[in-house]
Formats: sequence, C-alpha cells, structure tokens
Amino acid sequence: MKNEWPLWEVFIRGQHGMSHRHVGSLHAPDAEMAIKNARDVYTRRNEGVSIWVVEARHIAASSPSDKGPLYEPSESKVYRHPTFFDIPEDVGAM
Amino acid sequence: MYAQMIKTAGTGVKSPEEMTEEERRFQARVDANEKIEPKDWMPEDYRKTLIRQIGQHAHSEIVGQLPEGNWITRAPTLERKAILLAKVQDEAGHGLYLYCAAETLGVSRDELTEQLLSGKMKYSSIFNYPTLTWADMGAVGWLVDGAAIMNQVPLQRTSFGPYSRAMIRICKEESFHQRQGYDIMMKMAQGTPAQKKMAQDALNRFWYPSLMMFGPSDKDSVHSAQSMAWKIKMNTNDELRQKFVDQTVPQADYLGLTVPDDHLTWNEERGHYDFSEPDWSEFYDVLKGNGPCNVDRLTARREAWAEGQWVRDAMLAHARKKAATKVAAE
Repeated sequence: MKNEWPLWEVFIRGQHGMSHRHVGSLHAPDAEMAIKNARDVYTRRNEGVSIWVVEARHIAASSPSDKGPLYEPSESKVYRHPTFFDIPEDVGAM
Repeated sequence: MYAQMIKTAGTGVKSPEEMTEEERRFQARVDANEKIEPKDWMPEDYRKTLIRQIGQHAHSEIVGQLPEGNWITRAPTLERKAILLAKVQDEAGHGLYLYCAAETLGVSRDELTEQLLSGKMKYSSIFNYPTLTWADMGAVGWLVDGAAIMNQVPLQRTSFGPYSRAMIRICKEESFHQRQGYDIMMKMAQGTPAQKKMAQDALNRFWYPSLMMFGPSDKDSVHSAQSMAWKIKMNTNDELRQKFVDQTVPQADYLGLTVPDDHLTWNEERGHYDFSEPDWSEFYDVLKGNGPCNVDRLTARREAWAEGQWVRDAMLAHARKKAATKVAAE
C-alpha cells in the first residue's frame, strides 16, 4: 500500500464574514491532523476564524475544455443584467 | 534567488511558425498575462521546467531552516528566540506552499523529497555556508532574504497560477524576515566595538555568497530566453543582482558597515553601482557539493526523513484503523 499521506485541500474563512475560500493544500494522515496542519501552515497571521479541509480526491472539477459549452450560453443573455433596461430618469431610483 | 541554474527543458524559443496550434494558443494566453492553471493544456517542457524550478525553490526553503535553526537555542534574548522561531516556521510554511504548487503539475511530494535527498535536485547554494555568530542571523535576514525578495516579487506575476499564488503569500511574509534581520544588524552595528566587528564580519562573509544567489550572468543563454517567454523567469540574473546591490549599499552605509568590495563605486552615468563579480569558480564548486556545509545539510535532511519514517507510518496506520472502525460501526 502506498504510504504517502493523502492530499487535502484547505478552505479558510477570513475575519470579515466572508465565505470559506480555497487557500492551498497539504498532506495529512486524517481530517483531524489536516485541520491542525492547516492551522500551522495557513493561519500563522490571523488569516482565519474557521477551517474546512477536504481530501483532494473527493473534489470534482469542470474541465477547461468544457469552457465553451458551460459558460458561453450566458454571454448572449445580456437581459439578465439590470443595465439592459432603460428606465426614464423621471421614474426615480430603481 | 532560491532557484539557480534551472535548466529549461526544450530547444529554446520557437517562432510562431514552428509552434503547433496548441503551443500557439498557449503562448498567446501567456502573452496576454492570463494565468495557466493545472488542468489547462501546457507544453511538456513548460511543465518539466516548472517542476524543477518550483521544486528547487521549495527545497531551498526547507534546507534554509537549518542555518538559522542553528541559533534558536542560542538567541541572546527570549524575544529574539521567539522571533527567530517564527521566522524558521515561516520558511517551513513557504516550502509547503511551494511543494503543493509543484504537486499540481503531477509530481508527488515524496518524489520531490527523494530527489532532494538523492542529490538529483538542488537547493540554493547560499545554504551551504555556515552561520558562525549571532550577527549571521542578521546578515541572513537582511541579505539572503533581501536577495530572495528581489526574485520573488516579480514572480508574483508568473504565468502559472499556483506558483503565482504561492509567491503572493510568501512575499507578504518575507518582508518580516528581511526587517528582523536588519533590526539585528542595527543592534549589533550600534553596539559595543566587539559587536560592531561581528556585524562587519557577517557582512564580509555573506556579501559575495548573496550575490551568487542570482546565478551567473545569463544574457547569452537561450534557455533563459525560453523561461522568460513562458513568464516563469521575469528578469535576467544580472538585472536582479544590480537591483539588489543598488538597494543594499545605502543600507550598509546607514549601518556604518563597509561592503567588502574595493571596486564598489556609484556610476553617475549608469545610475547604478559598479561592483565586483563574485568568484564564480567558488559558486560552481559549492553547487558540485564542495561548499563548507553541503554534507551537513543533506545529512541533516536525510536523517530527519529516515528518523521520521516510523512517525509517518504510525500516523497513517492509526488513521486507517480509525476509518475502518468507523465503517464497521455504521
């Protein structure tokens, strides 16, 4: 059996009510150690108030080659943006 | 610079006509300052060169802990000890950021470690010099971290996303390292005559090895041109070395210390200092393994790896046993 510790991706919530954000990865034997290591590696200067770790092999990612089919459809739907609609100034703030 | 003499894979810069369609698209993205991410298509030589460069950079951070670790138990005050400990811990962190950037290119952490321990991959020549006095902690922070920052600041804009992000994190923390070093130098230079002498001696010993960190002049190198076209090398070695000298000489003047170079003069016309080249035969000799501490450094890393084996194995065995018990209970 391969004896390299698995790779974990680390997500940290910063101080300011933000969502968790990916900051990097590290190796650890289990989730508990991954959190402890993440504390040492990624929050030495008060960068976080909460840590998530997830084993890298559990992450499913979209493929760069799917970029077209995935994101191009939204390019033609400009009406999804509020600036698409001209509202007369007389109407006031909207 | 923590990565020296990185051999760029491939045959040099190709003209657009010589490139395949994929290579042309890749180069266009790099030229447009788009970041290349791990799953994107990239030339095999780009991948190989980056693994060498990021790997060597990571190894340098890890081995770089050793010369300073030497002084943790002998720091002059508890505060200095705590600061040095924090600095050395940062170096470990920097090594880890870089290893994980390298791993996104398809090399494993253990492979990288094994290549360091077997001598197949190198680390920066600077860490093969000994740290003989407390003033060396000042000189290392001021000069060695100062030289590293020269290289790392532009690398924040490098084309490979994970490398760029690691550099941004590292640069944020690195300036603490240089300032704590200069702080030690100020204290020593303004201290007793014996302390000032110690500071001058540290500058004398670390000046040329610091200039060597940037590597030999690369203006004629085809390989360097390819790395620059890929934006994994942002400046020539000579540009960075000049910048380092221009920035550091006034700092030495402020300390009342003398840079050990009789030919050092301000060149009004160029707007730069003229300075003596380091002894490049010494540089190549250190790279070959003949520096004062090459054997000590690699021995320390090999012993740490071998002696930690049972801990790594035990922790993994414990994690597997716990996972198995959990599954059985469900």
